[in-house]
Amino acid sequence: MIIGQIKDGIVLDHISAGRGMEIYKVLGLDKLDCTVAMIKNADSVKKGKKDIIKVGQVIDLDFDVLGYIDPGITVNIIQDGKLAKRSHLSLPERVKGIIRCKNPRCITSVEQELVHEFRLVDREKKIYRCIYCEHEAPKTVE
Amino acid sequence: MKNLIDIMQMSTDELQELIDTALDIIANPKKYAEACHGKKLATLFFEPSTRTRLSFEAAMYELGGNVIGFSEAQSSSAAKGESVADTVRTVGCYADIIAMRHPKEGAPLVATRTAGVPVVNAGDGGHNHPTQTLADLLTIYREKGTFDNLTVGVCGDLKFGRTVHSLISAMSRYKNVKFVLISPEELKVPRYIITDVLEKNGIPYEEIASLEEAMPQLDILYMTRVQRERFFNEADYMRLKDTYILTPDKLRTAKASLSILHPLPRVNEISVAVDDDPRACYFKQVLNGKYMRMALILKLLEVNV
Repeated sequence: MIIGQIKDGIVLDHISAGRGMEIYKVLGLDKLDCTVAMIKNADSVKKGKKDIIKVGQVIDLDFDVLGYIDPGITVNIIQDGKLAKRSHLSLPERVKGIIRCKNPRCITSVEQELVHEFRLVDREKKIYRCIYCEHEAPKTVE
Repeated sequence: MKNLIDIMQMSTDELQELIDTALDIIANPKKYAEACHGKKLATLFFEPSTRTRLSFEAAMYELGGNVIGFSEAQSSSAAKGESVADTVRTVGCYADIIAMRHPKEGAPLVATRTAGVPVVNAGDGGHNHPTQTLADLLTIYREKGTFDNLTVGVCGDLKFGRTVHSLISAMSRYKNVKFVLISPEELKVPRYIITDVLEKNGIPYEEIASLEEAMPQLDILYMTRVQRERFFNEADYMRLKDTYILTPDKLRTAKASLSILHPLPRVNEISVAVDDDPRACYFKQVLNGKYMRMALILKLLEVNV
């Protein structure tokens, strides 16, 4: 399968196999008018299999969101057909407005306008806790 | 320190500073009688409480200050649907400091963002209750003269018992402290307390179900009530509420130097027959709570005496 090179845009590489669609949805790529390619289960030297997303324009990306979902992603910014910038993501210290606290006793369960916010407490185990009630964050983004 | 939301915000040096102030208040009450003259404490209690609210109020009155507030959500604008942020923003216009209890966890943290004056967490759901921990710590310090080299037993509802979580966190910073966690299976300490506090800091602990078995090794026994208000299911509460009842008979194997603490109110988990035992410290703890709240108010209002 051949997917053409892009002139100006973004390539999200080394996405864990199977998570590409989640990232596609979270970034709202379905709303873009430009070319977007989602490649599933591509061969990867590092990971065996990986997903790749190519976006045919440079868009603002929330690196915290991406880093939270899949810290192994590489973000390549392409300009004039050449690699202009490459970023390796990591788990952000805080995530705001991405995941929701599930604790029914948490203040966020009743105060609708509060932004749900979590802090990283264990990088190795990828554990985040709600800054309000300290309950562990759910593992997936809704 | 601008607010007190979680006891772990305070370093051990800051805790010691508060304890020293409280001890000075105990020794020289007259010196502090007008320390907060002209200042107002607002007690915002969205959930019923007797001793914590009265303790805060007594503390402020003994410092020469005044008190405003409400003692249940129904008598506040919360009943009309007002947000916590708006309520405290309003109250911050009237008061110099706020003590807040709320059934929802994290509500006092939300309050700090808009209050404009210091906020003290007076209990948020099953989460934190830092001023109870201040009372507990002063009691331990006055009874033992140190926080080091103690075996601390905590017994009862260790799952929802917010005072237990705060006490374990606070005591885990002292030297050679060991915890014995005594509870039924359903009310064990949350996993994150074990992993994030005890195991992370290499603190020895054991989890057991038998109070009798734990008793001989304890320097401190911290009893707790199984709290009806923390259960969604009445049947679960009824099944677990009488699991541990401390009686003179169960104390036969305890050290003569044991100190028995309880955040109160008790239901039946400590027999009244234990009240006259010299090892019972839970009513001293109530008084110590007032002194620590006085010290805290002085600290947060930056009043130097």
